[in-house]
Amino acid sequence: MIEIIDLNYHYPDGRAALERINIVINPGEKVALVGANGAGKSTLLLHLNGILQGDGVVSINGFEVNKQNLSKIRSLVGMVFQNPDDQLFSLTVGEDVAFGPTYQGFDALSVEDKVKTALAEVHLDGFEDRHPFHLSGGEKKRASIATVLSMSPDYLVLDEPSAGLDPKARRELMALLKRLPQTLILATHDLTMALELTNRVIILNHGKLVVDGASMDILLNEDILQQNDLL
Amino acid sequence: MLSGKLFMHIPDGFMSIPVSIVLWVVSVIVIGIALRKTNKQLGEKEIPLMGILSAAIFAGQMLNFSVTGGTSGHLLGAALATILLGPWAAILVMTSVVSIQALVFQDGGLIALGANLFNMAVVGVFVSYAVITFINKIINNEKAALFSSSVVAAWFSIFIASLGCALELALSGTSPANIAVPTMASIHALIGVGEALITLGAVSFVYAARKDLLKIGAANKATHKGILIGGGLITLTLVVLSPLASSHPDGLEWVAEKQGFLSVAQDSIYNLIPDYVMPGLNNEAVATILAGIIGAVVVFVLAVGVARTSKKISS
Amino acid sequence: MLEINKHQISPLHLLNTRVKIIFTLVFILCVSLSPIGTWPAYILFLTLILSGIILSWLSLKLLMIRSLLSLPLVLAALPLLFTGPEPYQQLIISDQIKLLISQPGFERFISIAVKSWLSILAAILLSSTTRFEELLSAFRKLGLPRILVAILSLMWRYLSLMIDEAKSLSRARDSRSAGQSNKGTLAWRAGVTGKMVGNLLLRSLERSERVYAAMAVRGYSGEPLYRISNSLTKTDYWIMAGGIILCLMILVFATISQ
Repeated sequence: MIEIIDLNYHYPDGRAALERINIVINPGEKVALVGANGAGKSTLLLHLNGILQGDGVVSINGFEVNKQNLSKIRSLVGMVFQNPDDQLFSLTVGEDVAFGPTYQGFDALSVEDKVKTALAEVHLDGFEDRHPFHLSGGEKKRASIATVLSMSPDYLVLDEPSAGLDPKARRELMALLKRLPQTLILATHDLTMALELTNRVIILNHGKLVVDGASMDILLNEDILQQNDLL
Repeated sequence: MLSGKLFMHIPDGFMSIPVSIVLWVVSVIVIGIALRKTNKQLGEKEIPLMGILSAAIFAGQMLNFSVTGGTSGHLLGAALATILLGPWAAILVMTSVVSIQALVFQDGGLIALGANLFNMAVVGVFVSYAVITFINKIINNEKAALFSSSVVAAWFSIFIASLGCALELALSGTSPANIAVPTMASIHALIGVGEALITLGAVSFVYAARKDLLKIGAANKATHKGILIGGGLITLTLVVLSPLASSHPDGLEWVAEKQGFLSVAQDSIYNLIPDYVMPGLNNEAVATILAGIIGAVVVFVLAVGVARTSKKISS
Repeated sequence: MLEINKHQISPLHLLNTRVKIIFTLVFILCVSLSPIGTWPAYILFLTLILSGIILSWLSLKLLMIRSLLSLPLVLAALPLLFTGPEPYQQLIISDQIKLLISQPGFERFISIAVKSWLSILAAILLSSTTRFEELLSAFRKLGLPRILVAILSLMWRYLSLMIDEAKSLSRARDSRSAGQSNKGTLAWRAGVTGKMVGNLLLRSLERSERVYAAMAVRGYSGEPLYRISNSLTKTDYWIMAGGIILCLMILVFATISQ
């Protein structure tokens, strides 16, 4: 379970980025975090594994996000950043997928095993020796997801997963995300994707949580969408 | 095409082995110190920072502007890296750039890499740092000091490094000092102007957009006495030595022989081999022809062999 | 662009990378140590490197073109022609222009050019039969410090990306300057290039922050990882020893026959 209690965060220049955020996400939920640019989606995501730490409490499966719990929390929450070129920083896809499990302390054999499994899950079997620069946009995205799947996280957090993908790659990505058993949290502008993949929507507007409810009710309500600059 | 890249990256075969070895040793020591310092002083963010910045400086060197005719000016980047990262990290960034150029693009030799690292990573950064510190001492206005030190450090880093390069070539007996030094110096006095203008443009761009990033260099400015003294000494030595060397034709070779280090190194190798003439091979022409025949036969046999096996594989 | 023929799998591509690195260095060292004007030895060195090229299945033509690209550097040694010791040879260009060329200087100049070319061939052969990842892990095994390996690996990862960014910046400038590359003052043109470099650096600094975040969420704590290269087999040792002995034999021959 993810619990966010009374979370506040200010940018270095003093502007408020997040104000009094309270969210509880239960295992197995599929949640979309939507909001216009600058609403605070990415900032909120970065609190889920301690890259940013604001005032208030964030806890994952009962572990509070702080310095002591950082490594535990980072293996519970798999975070996929928006730009796959930032996520894939190694010389080969295999090395990149192996990065997380190696830091988790697994031996070489089980790391290799985890790499194989993770790549198979995203349908990139045999891509171990490929250079990330030579992958297509969709392949890069799926490889990025594999880099966190190999750490066997309980929660999968994705920032703008469909950004920059062509229609076919986007379709493949959606099929993949539908298949995965993890609790899913995605920040996105892509409302059709949110509707198809999630059952709960949280709308942020200027750092405040304004709506939290069932996807069907919210994403089909034009008034709500218009009020929050989503239409 | 006369560009900085062309003359600063010494290929293999140009540098005598003793000179190469000495410069390798010096470079390895300095880079080793840089590794220890960065490891101690800087946080875990530094590795991605240095890696990605090395790639950016490499790519930045490919951006050029036309000077006249076919000539173009472009960046080396030692001063720029020093301003952005401080001296020790800049040495590592320049080391990465120069090493990849040699390893992958054959821009500069592998045995000569020690000398190229010395000129571009060590001398370039040391001199830049000494100039920046000096200018910051005499100019109080932060912005004025930053911009003027970018210009002066960039020019000096190129100019002094080229003097080093010319003297190394002269010491190796590849290019006489009285020609190499003035030629290299005058070409690089011009190339240095390009470097200075590009560095100024780049620093002012970063200053306008993310002033905070330039603090990395500023914060490190405090206490690197070793580099400061080293940079000052290198500058002085090369500036004094160069005209001296070039005014005495063969002056450097004379110094080297007097010191004995050129001849000792060579003699020791030759002394290992007893001084006799191989029977039947005493005639140089015969030996050359024989070598040619052996070569042709080996290459021919190998080529036929490989062609056969690859045919087998494909069929 | 970076590798002449990277999908080939020749005997030389499969050879252990450490063997290739050590052989290349020994080869270049022996070539450099061969005295001036030992032509038979140069031919034997050339034979050795041509054999390597044949075994690598690479295109000889492409290799030659690439090796000749860096030859203009030889100009740096050109003054040797005129400043070398006696005897001088008179080169008559026309009635008015006569050049005095030092014979030993000429020999020295040609020797430097040939040695430099042989070394470049060896370096190209190494880099075009070895993937950069392999090169790095072999250097790590040979004692290159971990931090440098990590920096070089990240540099290589982002190099193509940065070059693409530099190219698109150049294209954007050229499309606005309508192909007139000599407009404005020199200082202005240099300044524009400087701003492009600044733009590139700024983007790369910001990228490094995002890459760090991506590393941190996967447990990175400042201790870099590197891949482990294959260990040397007995055959590898034999091949390495054979190559080194050949180079040394040619060097000895060069020194005696001098």
